[in-house]
Amino acid sequence: MYSPEKTESTLSNSALIDALQQIIPAGSLLFAEEDLRPYECDGLSAYRAIPLAVVLAETIEQVQQVLSLCHEHRVPVVARGAGTGLSGGALPHEQGVLLSLAKFKNIIGINPKRRIARVQPGVRNLAISETADKYGLYYAPDPSSQIACTIGGNVAENSGGVHCLKYGLTVHNIQQLKIITIDGELLNIGGSGLDSAGYDLLALMTGSEGMLGVIVEVTVKLLPKPERAQVLLAAFDDVVKAGEAVGNIIAAGIIPGGLEMMDRLAIKAAEDFVHAGYPLDAEAILLCELDGTNEEVSVHVLKVREVLKQSGATEVRTARDEAERQVFWQGRKAAFPAVGRLSPDYYCMDGTIPRKQLPQVLKAMADLSAEYELPVANVFHAGDGNLHPLILYDANIPGELERTEEFGGRILELCVEVGGTITGEHGVGMEKINQMCVQFNSLELQQFHAVKAAFDPKGLLNPGKAVPTLHRCAEFGAMHVHKGELPFPELERF
Amino acid sequence: MNSDISQQLQKQVQNAFEKKTALCIIGGNSKSFYGRVDARSASAEALDVSGHLGVLNYEPTELVITARAGTPLQDIENLLEENGQMLPFEPPAFTDNATIGGTIACNLSGPRRAYAGAARDFLLGCKIINGKGEILSFGGEVMKNVAGYDVSRLMAGAMGTLGILLEVSLKVLPKPEVESTQLFQCSAVEALEKIHDWSQTPLPLSASSYHDSILRIRLSGATEAVKAAVDTVGGDTMAEAKQYWQQLKEQRLDFFTGEKPLWRISLASDIESLELPAEHDKDDCLYEWGGALRWLKSDIPAEVIQCAAADMDGQASLFRHDGQSSIFQPLPPGLMRIHQNLKQAFDPENILNPGKLYPEL
Repeated sequence: MYSPEKTESTLSNSALIDALQQIIPAGSLLFAEEDLRPYECDGLSAYRAIPLAVVLAETIEQVQQVLSLCHEHRVPVVARGAGTGLSGGALPHEQGVLLSLAKFKNIIGINPKRRIARVQPGVRNLAISETADKYGLYYAPDPSSQIACTIGGNVAENSGGVHCLKYGLTVHNIQQLKIITIDGELLNIGGSGLDSAGYDLLALMTGSEGMLGVIVEVTVKLLPKPERAQVLLAAFDDVVKAGEAVGNIIAAGIIPGGLEMMDRLAIKAAEDFVHAGYPLDAEAILLCELDGTNEEVSVHVLKVREVLKQSGATEVRTARDEAERQVFWQGRKAAFPAVGRLSPDYYCMDGTIPRKQLPQVLKAMADLSAEYELPVANVFHAGDGNLHPLILYDANIPGELERTEEFGGRILELCVEVGGTITGEHGVGMEKINQMCVQFNSLELQQFHAVKAAFDPKGLLNPGKAVPTLHRCAEFGAMHVHKGELPFPELERF
Repeated sequence: MNSDISQQLQKQVQNAFEKKTALCIIGGNSKSFYGRVDARSASAEALDVSGHLGVLNYEPTELVITARAGTPLQDIENLLEENGQMLPFEPPAFTDNATIGGTIACNLSGPRRAYAGAARDFLLGCKIINGKGEILSFGGEVMKNVAGYDVSRLMAGAMGTLGILLEVSLKVLPKPEVESTQLFQCSAVEALEKIHDWSQTPLPLSASSYHDSILRIRLSGATEAVKAAVDTVGGDTMAEAKQYWQQLKEQRLDFFTGEKPLWRISLASDIESLELPAEHDKDDCLYEWGGALRWLKSDIPAEVIQCAAADMDGQASLFRHDGQSSIFQPLPPGLMRIHQNLKQAFDPENILNPGKLYPEL
């Protein structure tokens, strides 16, 4: 079970509140328990903690002052956007300040010639595309929470979505950042050109989960909206064939805008929920969206139809119009809540595997599902190998959450074993902190800690998240003996 | 060719770490002209990675290739070509013996960069030796991976100052079915206007350049799509276009000859002028990347050019030079402090390519 790293603040709780009151206006500083309660968790609601105070900062100067204060007195700071993250990255620190960037919600400007938007971190992902729409432009990364999640959080997590294979993740779609370091300094990272001088700090900040600095402005790249998008739905009587079909599409030289797979349980849940017309007798369905110019889409739709048939699809449908395209997608987009209807609770996992390992991983997952007696539905960003197994459980049954977490952990370890990773797009946060010990060895983890120290030597930004201490790994390793060999044999045991 | 000399390289770094002696990392020596010449590098011991060779994993349908850093770029491109694929960032080689490690370490990308992404965008993972002689792996062979800090991309463009690349994993893409390059005679201002108009529409653009009053744009994709795009943009179709883009990328066009230092200026594509002398002299200036990259042949002082670029929130680096000291755009103090801390985190004894990027690193 996760517990935050202990800290040694030099300020009493009341002195901290007094000092914050000097910086932050009354309505923007929360410290009464009933006001703090809404901030006790993010999208991973199984874990909760109440911070000492919540600061709803409105200006860069306020962020600088709060960070300087916390730096001086060794007070932990956890930054938060909309709190939609699924790995507990914005879980508050009980001895610290929760710094909300939600009030930074201005779109500073859109420059259609440069195809960029300069936005504050609290701007919602979808709001960028909505505002850019009048120029025929949009912001490509589209995490499923895009209606609510903020761009600052997207950068912190390097968020993905369903279009990553073709359009990349957040790291590929941003150009410039303004960040505040823990000692209150404002840094400009990246430039208005495509190259920037020195080390690629833009990449390092992206996905750093609030561990290195606080993002106060983001310049995102915009893309021209595709002229046309068309979606095909293919049914398979075997998930292995569906997996092969994905490889065959790519072998035909086509990179679809979106390529999603759902297994039998996910199909049934989605169909019962939104009636998208999915074939209930299929073991797997593939949704393949092709976008681009009119001509390109026309050619590729024909080609992909042929490939799908040759790959053994029992049925291939092409959406006849935009309305039908939306219906095809509706089932996929509603898959999580649909699965949620099957059981009191579900736990969403997020591993990535080399796609060719899919049959082996699905088989092993089915075995684990039987072992833990917990059903699992699979939704899969098939194009880029990102799996979202959804484990169905009931938190009210004592011990079931713990069993679910252990099952989830085993799935992630399986992903690492076949050459993949423990997180494709949700981040490590506190949720996958133990599995980091499986993916990285102690030297690599030490290198991560050294990177952290280059920005935050006192370890005050989001302490205890994203990168485990070696002692944590030693403790975790004691419970997980692989092949008769303890991981981290060089460490002392306590 | 296949050979693993990682242990030997590791030993050499460990020795250098203990003795605190500088190492000069060498791959194919194709880009040795690039970067600073530092007093410390003159006495440095060569660390030759070119013997660390071989493609370790390539499955075309996974769109990923993993190779040892000393593998010749040419070998990788040939292998991809055989499978109808490519490195989407169109890296320059400059000589036949360029290696994939050097390519990534320098993070140099070619004409397609503005439309597909840079070398760093396609880097999925790497194995490195840090300045303490530790072999470490970051990232991986999958498209989506957010476990841990993005140390792999940090290596792209670090020019070996943070670690020696041992292996790199790269995302690859299918080659476009056809390409067509269209020519337009116009002024620089008109060229920028045209390219901005097109860039806001879903045309399949894959390269652009402007020099000597000629705008060239390359369209790539499915045959029908390119044909339709050619009809939309008009202009004259260029013969031997493939050769042109190749020569541009490899800097073998006549433009790249001459005695003057060559500057590589990166800035927002819609900036018409940096107010520099000779900036609009048709012999001395060439635009790429829709105006976001400008090559300038000029012997005006580095400070003047770099100040002008900084005023526009851009940056200028001296690409080919005669030994001037300021090669890369100076960093503001706050950023430099972070750079120094990072250098310390990876290379505490400052033995890896010291001074190659900045005197402070």
